[in-house]
Amino acid sequence: MSKNNEESFDARLSAAERRYGLVSQGQELSASNDSQKVNQSLVRIALQVGTEMFSALLVGVAIGWELDHWFGVKAVFLIIFSFLGGAAGVLSVWRLVRSTETS
Amino acid sequence: MAGEPSINTFGQFELHPLLGSIGKALCFSQAPLYMMISVGVVLAFLYYGIKPAAIVPGRFQASVEMSYEFIHDMTMDAIGSDGIAYFPFIFALFFFILAGNYIGLLPYQYTFTSHIAITFALAVATFTLAIVVSIKNQGLRFFAHFMPEGVSLFLAPLLVPIEILTFLSRPVSLAIRLFANMVAGHVMFDIFGAFVVMLAGFGVVGDVCAIGPVALNVALMAFELLVGVLQAYVFAILACIYLREAVAH
Repeated sequence: MSKNNEESFDARLSAAERRYGLVSQGQELSASNDSQKVNQSLVRIALQVGTEMFSALLVGVAIGWELDHWFGVKAVFLIIFSFLGGAAGVLSVWRLVRSTETS
Repeated sequence: MAGEPSINTFGQFELHPLLGSIGKALCFSQAPLYMMISVGVVLAFLYYGIKPAAIVPGRFQASVEMSYEFIHDMTMDAIGSDGIAYFPFIFALFFFILAGNYIGLLPYQYTFTSHIAITFALAVATFTLAIVVSIKNQGLRFFAHFMPEGVSLFLAPLLVPIEILTFLSRPVSLAIRLFANMVAGHVMFDIFGAFVVMLAGFGVVGDVCAIGPVALNVALMAFELLVGVLQAYVFAILACIYLREAVAH
């Protein structure tokens, strides 16, 4: 379907809606859809925050663990990278929240 | 699913060799079988949907065209004009995950997206593609992204590792999100299904009480149908966002 056809179809549809007095109903529908969308995106962000923090921490711990094995030191890198992983998790959550605030 | 007296909710995710001794020798379990089935279902859907090639499409053809346009528009909106190069990848990714999620919802079927090995492989493939495209487009400037702009050099030893960890956590979060959603849904199905079986042992009172978990499972199925498509969408849109950053100069 080309863009022109879509546009003319939309124009004809809205003209028909106006003709039969369906416009106000349509507006109500779109308003309720908008609030639903906001709720859905909030739920998605809430779920995403947990995943982001957990995965960053996981990567930090994994790298620290592996470096400890390589260099044969006990837990030095694990401790450092656990903190760095936690910080990375907070950073990605911060970016996530900031990007949703601006949009 | 639940048939035993004890609840073994994770039994449904166990892999068993199929096809007798040949399957055992090849380590051929449900996971590769269901991945092949998913690919077959998607290919059949596209092939038979588009076969009539009618100018005014029927419902089947329209659904194929709509799914094509949906992913096409999503890719182009998210990545921009360069997005068309990655459209086949995003399309394949979305429909592979969607088919896996939905086939897993059918009774007695296996959900391959509930295994982190598979979701992580998909995430790593996406992540590797994004890195390769980044390095191809931006060259060595790609590594400059790990140093935030306008930050003093004293903080660099702290901030650069954090930035690198944030970057490396992307495929992990991508994999965990899909895997956790699928496992959670199927475990809940199993728990409520086991409740029904257990309540059946308590005579008439149990039968009446069993309506609750059955109704919950019906509602859960509707929710899982939503989650199935939503998770495939989230995976695809995040892949698009990573690729958009990669193609940006």
